[in-house]
Amino acid sequence: MFGYIIKRLLWVIPVLIGVSLILFGIMQMVPGDPASVLLGPKASEEAVETLNKRYGLEEPLHIQYYLLMKNFVTGNLESIYYKTTVIEIIGQKLRATLELGLTALVIAVILAVPIGIIAAVKKNSVFDYLSMMLATLGISIPVFFTGILLIYIFSVILNVLPSSGYGGSLLTLEGWRHLILPAFSLSSILIASTSRLTRSSMLEVLQEDYIRTARAKGVKEKIITNKHALRNALIPVITNIGNQLAMLFGGAILTETVFAWPGIGRLAVTAVSYRDQPLVFGTILVLSFLYVITNLIIDILYVFINPQISYS
Amino acid sequence: MKKRITAIILLITKLYILYQNWIIKGNFWGSLEIKLATSFSLLVLLLLSLIVFKPKIFLLLKEKEILYNSWKEFKKNKGGLVGAIIIILLIYLAFCAPFVAPFEPDQIDYSNMNAAAPTIKHLMGTDDFGRDILSRVIYGSRVALGVAFAAVFVNAFIGISLGLISGFYGGKTDTIIMRIVETWNSIPFILLALAIIAALGKNIINVIIAVGLTGLINFARITRSAVLSVKEKEYVKAAKALGGSDYRVIKKHILPNVISPIIVIGSLRVGQAILLVASLSFLGLGVQPPLSSWGTMLKRGQEYLIQAPWISLFSGFAIIITVMSFNLLGDALRDALDPKQIE
Repeated sequence: MFGYIIKRLLWVIPVLIGVSLILFGIMQMVPGDPASVLLGPKASEEAVETLNKRYGLEEPLHIQYYLLMKNFVTGNLESIYYKTTVIEIIGQKLRATLELGLTALVIAVILAVPIGIIAAVKKNSVFDYLSMMLATLGISIPVFFTGILLIYIFSVILNVLPSSGYGGSLLTLEGWRHLILPAFSLSSILIASTSRLTRSSMLEVLQEDYIRTARAKGVKEKIITNKHALRNALIPVITNIGNQLAMLFGGAILTETVFAWPGIGRLAVTAVSYRDQPLVFGTILVLSFLYVITNLIIDILYVFINPQISYS
Repeated sequence: MKKRITAIILLITKLYILYQNWIIKGNFWGSLEIKLATSFSLLVLLLLSLIVFKPKIFLLLKEKEILYNSWKEFKKNKGGLVGAIIIILLIYLAFCAPFVAPFEPDQIDYSNMNAAAPTIKHLMGTDDFGRDILSRVIYGSRVALGVAFAAVFVNAFIGISLGLISGFYGGKTDTIIMRIVETWNSIPFILLALAIIAALGKNIINVIIAVGLTGLINFARITRSAVLSVKEKEYVKAAKALGGSDYRVIKKHILPNVISPIIVIGSLRVGQAILLVASLSFLGLGVQPPLSSWGTMLKRGQEYLIQAPWISLFSGFAIIITVMSFNLLGDALRDALDPKQIE
């Protein structure tokens, strides 16, 4: 098992290198002279030359890639729009994104798993139909529209929660008040798919022989669901959460834009609108790293949760 | 009989719409979009009159057993039927937008400037420029469906080719291609689309490219596994032994057998692509104004959420209904065509 974990950990390195290579390749698709695209049409020749030298834009591709990565890792890669290093800007915004993403993940798990279980146990009840209808709807709603609807209901009509912005530290009430709406709208994607999957996987497990055996022995229904069935039903659910993380990371960009949340996602959008290539590279690389690493954590958790499968 | 009555009602409605446009407004053969609308209308007319007057032609379709059986399976799923009907309606709206929309999408109604509330004249109200929201939503369906279908076509073409090559040749080719596709997939797809747009610039063609290049793994994986399952069959071996070239074997003997899972993935992907295009437009990086698209309308609507919620609400509902229809259709197709192969 530990062999598997180490193998999985080592596998992250080529993936991360691959991701950076892909992003570097996409940057090469910029039509025309990269320096003048970066600086805009009004740039002076001197500025173009300095930039060319700085990023080695006239060197062969592999050296360009090496310089880009070296600058990024050592923290020397500089944003063109903000005039400071990319690492520094990302560092300022990382916290807000992590707070938003983690809260959304926690909300999704806390809500979706019980909904799925109750829907499965009370199959064909009103609750089942209603929650599954909402879940089907939830998959089709764009996350920014969920955000707008929540703003409309809670900020415009009821006027109980702030419509946008960052409320500061989560130790204060204001911080939480600002976090609730963005976190809920971001988690809506995960809630829908996770509750659907929990229900179907729970239904499947409840038909297994060992559940019937447990019932025949006279074990209480509550213990059967919570102890015998849930453990096995959760295995595919965890895989699904791993798969859906891409949606969560993508959704973070949209949620941050809707709620003017000062995170990396919004930074990436700003960077793209200004065509600030170094910043685009940096933000997307960091977000992809986060995604790959969360997936890694889920894969490792999987080993502990699912002892049936032997990893060798 | 029920079908025939529906067809007659549809035919009369269609003739009325054409009478309004062709005879009263003289809208018959002007700009490209009106030409498209007219040609599409003629097609619809032909189809409807065939159903009404010569329904026996469709019996020929029943003789194809595979088609008939999957249709029977498909009909059982009510959600899929509703989805299919809504999609047909949307395609009709997209083609015939100039005939159906009450106003031009960028026509300004000076008496209803500054986001007027819905009235009989403007069923969904107007936006901040006094443009009719209903017309803009109808015209928006063109952008949404057009861009999404084009993007999924690109997506399917690349993904299927990679899957076919990878599954057919196996060995090292397979490992290399699948590893590249997996790495490609480890960048969340909105981020990948953002990176591509950052490099190429914002316009509608680049949106198609960006959306078309994300999520290749779905098509590639499905095709690859389907190819692996038919590759060792006798007829493929026979075709190879008879000296068929790789291209011929893939095209004639393997591709037809992997088509049904591809159709299912395709219809689910269209829904995803519509969401992604709307998201990019919402971020201001996709379809650019003044072209009306649902994402951009939502974006503008958010600024007027307090005074004029209808701007964002109606375009949002349009997105939800469209995406949900494609999801329902995809689920129903999955059940109808081949449940085992896809799961």
